[in-house]
Amino acid sequence: MRNLSERPLTERLRPAHFQSVLRWETGLAVVVAGILIIGSAASPQFLTGNNLFNLGLSNGEIAIMTLPMALIIISGEIDLSVASILGMSSALLGYLWNRGWPMPAIFAFVAVVGLAAGAVNGLLVTRLRLPSLAVTIGTLALYRGIATIILGPNTVSTFPAGYTDLGINAVPFTGNDMTWSTLIFIVLAIIFGVVLHATPLGRSVYAMGASQEAAQFAGIRVKRIKTGLFMLSGFICALAGVLWTFRLDTAVQNNGLGLELSVVAIVLLAGVSIFGGKGSIIGVVLAVLAFAGIQNALLLTNFNQEATGIVTGALLLASVFLPTAGRLFRRLSHS
Amino acid sequence: MTLRRARKLALALPIAATVAVAACSSSSSSSSAAAPASSAPSAASSAGSSGGASTAGLKTGLKVFVIPKNLGNSYFTTADSADSGGAISALQALGETGTETSGTAATPASQIPAIQAAISKGANALIVSATDPTALCPTLKSAMSRGITVITYDSDAPTCRSMFINQASTAQIGTSEVDVLAKQIGSSGQIAIVSAAASATNQNAWIGFMKQELKKYPKMTLVSTVYGNDDPTTATQVTQGLLQQFPNLKGIISPTTVGIAAAAGVLDTAKYRGKVALTGLGTPDEMKKYVSDGTVKQFELWNPADLGYLAAYAAVELASGKITGSQGQSFSAGKLGNYTVGADNTVLLGPPFVFDSSNIAKFNF
Repeated sequence: MRNLSERPLTERLRPAHFQSVLRWETGLAVVVAGILIIGSAASPQFLTGNNLFNLGLSNGEIAIMTLPMALIIISGEIDLSVASILGMSSALLGYLWNRGWPMPAIFAFVAVVGLAAGAVNGLLVTRLRLPSLAVTIGTLALYRGIATIILGPNTVSTFPAGYTDLGINAVPFTGNDMTWSTLIFIVLAIIFGVVLHATPLGRSVYAMGASQEAAQFAGIRVKRIKTGLFMLSGFICALAGVLWTFRLDTAVQNNGLGLELSVVAIVLLAGVSIFGGKGSIIGVVLAVLAFAGIQNALLLTNFNQEATGIVTGALLLASVFLPTAGRLFRRLSHS
Repeated sequence: MTLRRARKLALALPIAATVAVAACSSSSSSSSAAAPASSAPSAASSAGSSGGASTAGLKTGLKVFVIPKNLGNSYFTTADSADSGGAISALQALGETGTETSGTAATPASQIPAIQAAISKGANALIVSATDPTALCPTLKSAMSRGITVITYDSDAPTCRSMFINQASTAQIGTSEVDVLAKQIGSSGQIAIVSAAASATNQNAWIGFMKQELKKYPKMTLVSTVYGNDDPTTATQVTQGLLQQFPNLKGIISPTTVGIAAAAGVLDTAKYRGKVALTGLGTPDEMKKYVSDGTVKQFELWNPADLGYLAAYAAVELASGKITGSQGQSFSAGKLGNYTVGADNTVLLGPPFVFDSSNIAKFNF
């Protein structure tokens, strides 16, 4: 505590978190490289453009949703309503399309609803000081419920080919290897990375995750920034809902059911601390690659898929356990 | 004619043998459920012995992927596996490489990566039970555009497949359940129906055919139709209500697996056993104890292993170019006999399968 007055909080935080993050990322990079090597040795299809395209297609929406989730968890909160916002925006997209709305108007409306859903989360957490875990478990059920009311048991799959092709066609000039969702993820990851790691705003996110009180004393507008992060998450999840709907050419109330756990799992695998204050976007990108790569490799190699859960689960447990083990080891060797 | 066929066979045999050998050598590097070495002689012998229009002219060594709604589902394990005589066993008998793959959850998001991986692995044919009638279509259409044969079984995706193997027709399920019950109660007395939800489309369609069939049995009267909403507690309550309201009730039909299990639980007492007959659609695992203690004599469902077996033959026929899946074409499906493609490129497995004490022990789903 005596350091508090000597140096700004944000500067104090930087070196320590950067070191641990670098260590974690190096480990993840080794894991990703290992998956690449083993995967391509086990299956000649693994590193083909066509397979990378499929891999991007199947994981695009999850990947996009990990970015705002990483920021929220670094800031010391969590958003479990992400998959329900995805489902709600998908249901809304189908419902409004059935009622003859023009597509641009639907996009605008869905975006606004996504922002509003995030704002509800953010305001409940910051203004009413409710724990985000409880709030977003509540809105997880609430937003899914709204999706169910909007569409009922109906399925909408009459979207124009121009839009559904976006979901399954490649970005031009990428040799048919990159999906639109992959491109969106790359662009967003760069923006998120720059904002988180190279701006005062990003440093405030770390600061409030490390200690909300200290951040408030340092003049950081914690409530406003956190509300903004939840709104950003709502918006990105609405975007993921649109991508999901077009990829499957299907709007149905249970779209994306249960995805929130995969999103949180990837963010934790990325080395983002569930207690806040630690993590990096590079880590998130590597974790997305590891998560998507291992599932895809297991599918291609005739691995018993019923056991896929064991492999991904073990990977996640290791990601939680290893840093703790490292600390424990250091402590033991010092004493 | 015979000369032509003989020449075809002479041509087909070495090809079958070499392809089967190739399949074997490649299967040693992967752990797929490939056709075992014994499939080469069996494929050859079936081609040689059948003589008729059956397996001659079918390609061998095809990579066929069976993609159920999800893995770890005993219904699909029965439909697909080699042990139960399902799709993979038919594929092995035909000399093809059959692999079962899918996701672990019965959702399009979980099933699609498995379909994509099957395409990447060079599939010649896909046999899919669709988790959603439309959401798989972008993926299945891309498979078809690459020349991969796509058929559905159990659950259809009508706009993106060449054929659908349907387990049972609506009319047959409705009428046969009335016939089964009539046999048990001597074609006379009060009967009731324990359905699922009042709004369930398939239930109401079956009940419509039951009412039609009941006209053949003038001494049987349908006194009530109650709705258990596919919830065990509700189904139990409405069944108890029925028995109190109609003390002379002779029989109950429950065309839903949840309803029939709940109703069987209610009837499984000395007071009702043997006095009130029960039939409908049920799964063998849930009904075994009621069949063994005599509460239920017969119930129906389709035989999933036969469904998978038929789907495998249809897929190989299509992938070999022997049929195109259009209405009126016929093909032979091994031990099941000949089938003709009906409207909407649909092949009907046949009348519902009747489970009773003589056969129920053989089924695990």
